[in-house]
Formats: sequence, structure tokens, C-alpha cells
Amino acid sequence: MTTNKASALALALCLSFFAAGCKKKVPAPAPPAAPPKVAAPTPKPVVARPIVKFFTAEPSTIERGQASSLKWEVTGAETASINQGLGVIGTAAAGGATPAVISGNRSVFPSNTTTYTLTASNSGGTVSEAVTVNVTTPPPAAKATPTPSPRATFGEVIARELHDALFDFDKSDIREDARNSLTQNSDKLKTIFRDYPNGTVTIEGHADERGSAEYNLGLGDRRAIAAKEFLVQLGVSADRLRTLSYGKERPQCTDNSETCWQKNRRAHFTGQ
Amino acid sequence: MKNIIFSLLTLAAVAPVQAFAQQRPDIIGVIMGSQKAVIAVPDMRGAGRASGLMDIVNGTLFRDLEDAAVFKMAPKSMYPTRVPQQPQEFRKPLQYDPANRNAAPWLQDWSDPPVNSDYLAFGYAAEQDNQIVLFGWLFNVRQPEVAAAHVLGKIYFGPIDETGARKVAHEFAADILKQFGVESLAGSKVYFVSNRSGSKEIWSMDYDGASQKQITSYKSISTMPSVSPDGSRIAFTSWAMGQPQILVHSLETLRRIPFLNPRAGTNQNASYTADGKQIAFSSSASGFSQIYMANADGSGVRRLSNSRAVEVEPKINPKTGNEIVFVSGRGGGSPQVYSMNSDGADVQRLTTGEGQATNPSWNPQGTHIAFAWTRGYDPGNFNIFVMDVNTREYVQLTSGTGRNENPVWAPDGKHIVFSSDRGGRGQIWTMLADGTQLRQLTSAGINEKPAWSK
Repeated sequence: MTTNKASALALALCLSFFAAGCKKKVPAPAPPAAPPKVAAPTPKPVVARPIVKFFTAEPSTIERGQASSLKWEVTGAETASINQGLGVIGTAAAGGATPAVISGNRSVFPSNTTTYTLTASNSGGTVSEAVTVNVTTPPPAAKATPTPSPRATFGEVIARELHDALFDFDKSDIREDARNSLTQNSDKLKTIFRDYPNGTVTIEGHADERGSAEYNLGLGDRRAIAAKEFLVQLGVSADRLRTLSYGKERPQCTDNSETCWQKNRRAHFTGQ
Repeated sequence: MKNIIFSLLTLAAVAPVQAFAQQRPDIIGVIMGSQKAVIAVPDMRGAGRASGLMDIVNGTLFRDLEDAAVFKMAPKSMYPTRVPQQPQEFRKPLQYDPANRNAAPWLQDWSDPPVNSDYLAFGYAAEQDNQIVLFGWLFNVRQPEVAAAHVLGKIYFGPIDETGARKVAHEFAADILKQFGVESLAGSKVYFVSNRSGSKEIWSMDYDGASQKQITSYKSISTMPSVSPDGSRIAFTSWAMGQPQILVHSLETLRRIPFLNPRAGTNQNASYTADGKQIAFSSSASGFSQIYMANADGSGVRRLSNSRAVEVEPKINPKTGNEIVFVSGRGGGSPQVYSMNSDGADVQRLTTGEGQATNPSWNPQGTHIAFAWTRGYDPGNFNIFVMDVNTREYVQLTSGTGRNENPVWAPDGKHIVFSSDRGGRGQIWTMLADGTQLRQLTSAGINEKPAWSK
């Protein structure tokens, strides 16, 4: 496949060079006519080779799966074709007096970079013209950029890098999984606070909908404070951490299920 | 009829022998009183432009009297066809004949079967000088003569529109109730939280759901209102300044009044002492929400409870001023209702430890609390309970119909306002303290956290 492609490319390059060369040098003048002596032999009509007025690909660079449009106009050809399986694109009517015009367009969907060669011929000869459609591969989807862009705001970095700490019903104890989340958060916070010397993090305490609003407000407060105390014990600067309880006033989901309730029993981090 | 004028404290001792209490041998009889007078309230007619307002006049009067829970309403279908509009129409017959339809109205029309009423409220309305004028009388129909039957006769004036129609009816009802030693709820207000404007704000309405008005507009979260006993100030919890803090507004100017919050992530659940000079609240200044007390402007803060648990919703006994009920998760358990002295001593758990118990509220007599409890239900499915704080006997008023929360007593000590999502969304409801006479007061948006003020 690769060698095929390479050879096709080489051929195309050759041909295009040849075609270009022709254009520059034509017309090759007929040898100077000898002084007419007697009646000349019946003149044989001189047939000019076809002319490729244009052969383009728009756009010339596409992502895999997108289309490029080939357009062409050829005059004076008896027959014209494009390789890569596109085949004959036109033939002149037999015995046509005026030079025939073959024009048209076609959409192509190459999956790799492909060179298309248009070949036009008549009794006077053959000309070729080539265009190349470059195909790029799209980046794999949903792959987060590994390093924070220096242009991200503090709030964006906090939202992206820090994870919620989750709690049991009616409890503000730091569970094993919350311990892991908070430990990771503390490592990240130390770096982030160095990169953003003016940012402050708010630890929001939330509760599920089942308790009373009043008790949940106290419980949310307790959860935020427990998360803060844990981070401070791991060496995160206390004066850059604020707590804010929402109780059950700002749930992130409202389904009547344990999955949703667990999502809402959390300490959540925002950056200012 | 003097026994209608009762005292809860004295009744507490004799309640078990009262007829009503025998039906429900519990604390409800103590709260609701016993025998009730029967009253007939036939629809009054109106002249001129007043005639178009009589539905409102009659509806408001009937409801005020029924809601007061001091009467048994005589069933309207039993009323006689000859309804007097004024006392002069009564004519004592030589021989009373209930079948004689041509006879003039007489007292026995109402006191005899099938009406069996003790009292008759009647009258008529007219238009006079661009005003609605209501002529209202209350007769004791058990008396043998018109002169003796006359209990009350009064004239009421109001603008000739719906507001005026409600006003004259409320005033007539209040005068009737006063004869039985009962303060009408008609002038009282219910404050509550509604999200109908797009964010949770404090609203007010009449006790029957009329004239709903927005009080705050912080466009944040403002909730948990508590009104000072004189009705001049309202304290609530708001995120308007960032963290949840206590804000106080004047109900006269609707402007904010300074309140000094302690330095804490959360200050909430303000509630006033009976004299309005102190506020109890909960604050997380120590790292745990705990119970605090301060002057009404937030100065002179002192901590009352001391635990490593979430403690919220302190409510000071309005009669003694000494006992505080509150909600605590101490002992690592689910929240329960506790009581303590106002100096923080003598902490006792009032509820059994089952389920979650929250939202305690004292009745005006300081003998009972209403509260929300999940006892017998899944977490979150609260029902309204009432407890005698001395004996710790309790009774369940609602059952299994959605979340029923934040019960608060009416000034009359017989009604309870609460929130319930039994209709799908949280709305404000009232009921009698025996669980009957349910009325829905709100319907726009989601409504919660009611507070009843005189």
C-alpha cells in the first residue's frame, strides 16, 4: 500500500513535471517551411494537444471523514479521466468541429492523503495534471490536556482538579474514600496555591434532601469544617480555605434515590 | 356557656373526664377544649352594590367562625326557610307551629330540631355613601324572648369592594368570637418562604391565605423567618451576604435593622423571647452548630449548649421564658428534640430517639410543643406530632401524606400552620391541633417555613 502510494506519487510528480514543462515550452514550432516549390502535398491538419485549464481540490487539506471537492475544465480533449477509481470524466463527440470542453466536479472522501491525476488525450497527445488532498487525523476525543494551561483561571483549575469528599447520611465523619479524595486534593492544592498566590478556596458543605433544612444547614457546615480541618492537617494553608454551608438548599441533583442523595452529601470545592 | 371560656392549665387536670377527651383519650382534648356551642350562620343578603359582595361577606364570616374551633357549625341544609334579616322580624307566636310557613321568623326555628342551634348570627348589608354597611346581630336562640336573646348588634363599615367585604365580615366574626373569650385570628399574619419570584424570599399573607405579599428581595436564599412577639420585626436566615447569617427587618418600614452576627460560617434559626428583648439562635462559631442567646440586636452573645454535635432550632418557652427546646444530634444519633434551662443546664431528650425529630414549636401556653418526626416512616418522611412537655405523651396529627414539616402554633393555641408536599409540591397548610380542618393557603411556587404572628 505504502509502496503503491509512493510510486503513484512519484509518477504523478513526473507527469505533473512533464505537463508543466510542456506548458512552458509549447508550442513547439513546426520546422521552418521550405520555400514552396510546386503544389504542396495535401496538408495534414496539425492537432494541438488538449489543454487542462484547471484541476483543483477544495479544500486541499481535510480531516479524515470530511469531503474535498475536485473541479476541472479541459479543452480539446477527446477523452479525459481521473485515476484513483474516478474513471472517465468525459469524451468529445465524434467529429466535433470546435474544441470540446470537458468540465465538472466531484466530491471525494479520501481516508489518507491522496493525489488525483487528471489525464486528457487526443490524437495530438496526452497531458496530465495532478492535485493532492492532504488528510489529517482528528485528535482522540475527550482526552483532557495533561497540564493545566497557564491561561486557566484559578476557579477553573479548582473546578477541574479537586474532587468532592462524600459523606454518610446524617454524618460528618471523613470516610475512607473521602480521605483519599481529600489527600489528593491537598497535594494539588499545595501546587495550585503556589501557582496562584491570590486564590482562595471555598469548601461548600451540602446535604441530601431528607433531613430538615435547619439541621442540614448545621450538618453542611460541619462537613465543610471537617474537610477543611483534614486539609489543614495535611499542610494546606488554613487562611486560604473558607467554608460555606448550603445545607440542602443547593442540591446538584433532585432525584429521589440513594445515588442522587449520595451525590448531594458532599464537601465541594470552588475557587475565587 | 361560661365553660367555653376555658383555661388550658386548669383543663389539664380535668381533661380526662371531658366528653371530647374521652373520644381521644390523649392530650388533644386538653388543647382543643370540650363542649362547643352550636351556631347557625345563614347567608345574609345585600342591597345595591353590596349584593355582589355577599358571597365574600358570607364566606369570610362562616370561615372565621368555623376556623376559630369554638363552635359547632349547625349544618346549613337544616336551616329553616324563613331567615330573619333584622331583629324586628321576629314575632313570638301564640302557639309555635314549625310547619306554618306563613308565620314570622321565631327563635325556636333555630333552637328546635333539626337545627338544634344555640346561637344565630344574622343581618344584612347595604350600600351607603360609597361604603358597604353590614348590620350584624348575634342572638342566643335558647332564650324565650327577643330582648333576652340579643347578645350583640353592631354596624360595620368598609370600602365597597372585596377588601371592604372581607373587612366587615372579619370584624363581625371577631366581635362574635370575643363574646366567647376568643381572640379572632382574622388580624393575624402568616409569614413564609416562597420561591415564586425566582429565589427564596420571605412573604406574608393573612391567616386565611388572602393578600400574599413579598417582604424581602435579596435574590439569594432567604428562609426560616421568625417574628418578634409584638409583630414589629422579622428575623430570618439569608445567604445575601455570602455565608448564611441572621438578618432582621422591620415589618413597619420593611428595611433592614442591624443585627450583629457572631463570627461563624453559619448563624441561623433566630427566635425571640416572649418579651422580644432576646434572641436564641444557632451558630457554628465553635466548629459545631451550637445554641446561643443574645440581645435582640445581636450584642451580649453567650453560648448555652456545649457538645460536639450539630444543634439547631432553639425555641424559648413563651410562658416561663426559662425552658428552651432545641434539636440535637448529640450522642452520634439522628437528630432529636431536647430541652434545657435557659442557662444551658439540665439537658433532657424529649423524643424517644427513634427516627429524626425536628422543628419544635411551643404553643402560646407553653405546655405543648408541635414538631416534625419521621417516627414509623422512612428518613425524610416527616409527620406532625404534638407533645405534652411535662408528661412527654405525644400524639401524631398527620399520617403518611408526604413531608409535613415546620409546624407553628397560631396565637389562639388551637391552630397549627405547617408545610406539606402532599399535593406534589411544598405548600403552606393550616389545621386544628387535633389534625382536622385542613386548609391549603398557598399554591404559587414552592412554599415553606411558615411563622404565625398576632
